[in-house]
Amino acid sequence: MARFLIRRVLTGLLVVWLISVIVFGLFFVAPHNVAQLLLGKFAAQNQQLVQSVTHQLGLDQPIPVQYAHFLWRLLHGDLGYSYYSHQPVTTLIAQAFPVTASLALGAAVIWLVLGVFIGVLSATRPRSLLDRGATLFALAGLSVPTFVLGLLLLFVFFYQLHVAGVDLFPGSGYVPLTTNPGQWAMHLVLPWITLAVATMAVYVRLTRGQLVEVLGEDFIRTARAKGLREGRVVYRHGLRAALIPVVTQFGIDVGTLLGGVIVTEQVFGLNGLGRMSVQAVTNSDEPVIIAVVLLAAVFVVVANIVVDLLYAVLDPRIRLS
Amino acid sequence: MAAIDLGSLPALPAPPAIEGRGPWQLAWARLRRDRVAVTCAIFIAVLLLVALLAKPISVLAGYSPTDQDRVNGISPDGLPMPPSVHHWLGTDNLGRDLLVRIVYGSQVSLAVGVGAAVVAVLIGVIVGMCAGYLGPAVDSILARLMDVVLSFPFLLFAIALATVAGPSELLEIAVIAFFSWAAVGRIVRGQTLAIREKEYVEAARSLGAGPLRIMLVDVLPNLVAPVIVYTTLLIPVSIVFESTLSYLGVGIIPPTPSWGNMISDAQSYYQVAWWFLLFPGLALILTTLAFNLLGDSVRDALDPRG
Repeated sequence: MARFLIRRVLTGLLVVWLISVIVFGLFFVAPHNVAQLLLGKFAAQNQQLVQSVTHQLGLDQPIPVQYAHFLWRLLHGDLGYSYYSHQPVTTLIAQAFPVTASLALGAAVIWLVLGVFIGVLSATRPRSLLDRGATLFALAGLSVPTFVLGLLLLFVFFYQLHVAGVDLFPGSGYVPLTTNPGQWAMHLVLPWITLAVATMAVYVRLTRGQLVEVLGEDFIRTARAKGLREGRVVYRHGLRAALIPVVTQFGIDVGTLLGGVIVTEQVFGLNGLGRMSVQAVTNSDEPVIIAVVLLAAVFVVVANIVVDLLYAVLDPRIRLS
Repeated sequence: MAAIDLGSLPALPAPPAIEGRGPWQLAWARLRRDRVAVTCAIFIAVLLLVALLAKPISVLAGYSPTDQDRVNGISPDGLPMPPSVHHWLGTDNLGRDLLVRIVYGSQVSLAVGVGAAVVAVLIGVIVGMCAGYLGPAVDSILARLMDVVLSFPFLLFAIALATVAGPSELLEIAVIAFFSWAAVGRIVRGQTLAIREKEYVEAARSLGAGPLRIMLVDVLPNLVAPVIVYTTLLIPVSIVFESTLSYLGVGIIPPTPSWGNMISDAQSYYQVAWWFLLFPGLALILTTLAFNLLGDSVRDALDPRG
């Protein structure tokens, strides 16, 4: 167990390091002059200024040296300063993080709970109306792009309600949880749904498919034969075995979550990490881009380790070694 | 008893020849009986035709995708016009015909969607087969590589690449393929690991066949079914990916129409011009739905147990 953890953490660090090298390489190969960008109209007047700023930023040094400096500062918790807003990157991330965390966590709860629940309902009633409805919903959910769904939800639940004189869901913005929990939730309901639907569809299909298979196995027959209530058979015995691929999928989805977050934040005007990173890309704000990419990679790696640990909890047959 | 006059009896019809039907023929027959699959295939065929005939359609409509109709295409307040006899699906914020633009947008969606899916599958099959067949040393390197690609925040990276290299249709295909092949690779690797233990592979090996020959002759044909299914299901994913890039402004550059950049334009106008958002959105949803449903049917037809 301990050996397993150590090995996973080490390979995880390796993956994060590789990604940091790739991001760093990609952006420093980019043909543009940061100092010129920072100085704007002053650059044209004063070539010496451009040179001194380039020197201050350490951009006149060879790329491997720059990378070593970057790594050194990173290990001390210093991610540098934004080229654009001149604030420390850690401050910017600290501001944007709660927004993205609220959005992602809420959506993950919705897609996991609802997705698995609908999957169970439809697996225990194969070929019923509910099952067919769930299958159709899953396919539709998979086919609607996130940004289209978000805009359609805005059109119906913000604009049409607004026209009808009901202002239930705001069209954009974010209210911190600590300021007003009710407003926090109201602002996030539509983004949560937008982000959750596509992923939820995957979980409905996965849970249904797995559970149908598991319910045909011998240990389920044994459980029924010893007189357990059907609910207990399905949820305690069946679902537990069926959840393993669902957990695997969850690990993968945490990785792709940032993609959905970028789009959802763009549609609903939420100033989280996703929007911040898109703005950083358009502004060529490298320190911010690198920080967000690394943060996302760390999350993926951690999620995958947690997933591996969960396997052992869910299925005692799996021994971690 | 009178002898039966054989000559007076009607000739028996010749017994139908017994046809051997291979698994592919069976799958094809199942697919043709599937009404959903046939409907989706027809929809996709029509879409393909529309994309190919975009130019004639725009001539018939009387507008090019970038023509700004200042007479019937834009209201006195400078707002988009609703569907009318002049513009069947209405106009956008610059007075351009939505129908013609959606027709041209289908070219982008199909070219990038299908192109990226095919490239991704090609890379995925080659890498996955090598990882699965060539032994643990190659496998661990390639598997790590796939892990790295899969743990990239891919949308952010796609955006970054597009800003660095300058957005274009070809770059979109490359970016989408780059972030999709690893998923295919994983599946192919798993299948290959199972196939390499089969008796016929062992037989080929003991007859002296080299790894390349075994991979091409014994392994590859057994991968065709999952690969076909995966390609069909990867196309809608690529189409959504393309439209997302265009929506975020790093895909197809205006004024060239794509469904994604049309929806992006529509975002500021949905309160006054529902058609501007609805029609490109509907085109996108119906197309991905058709590919997804077809992919599902293909999987059922190839593997009726599943």
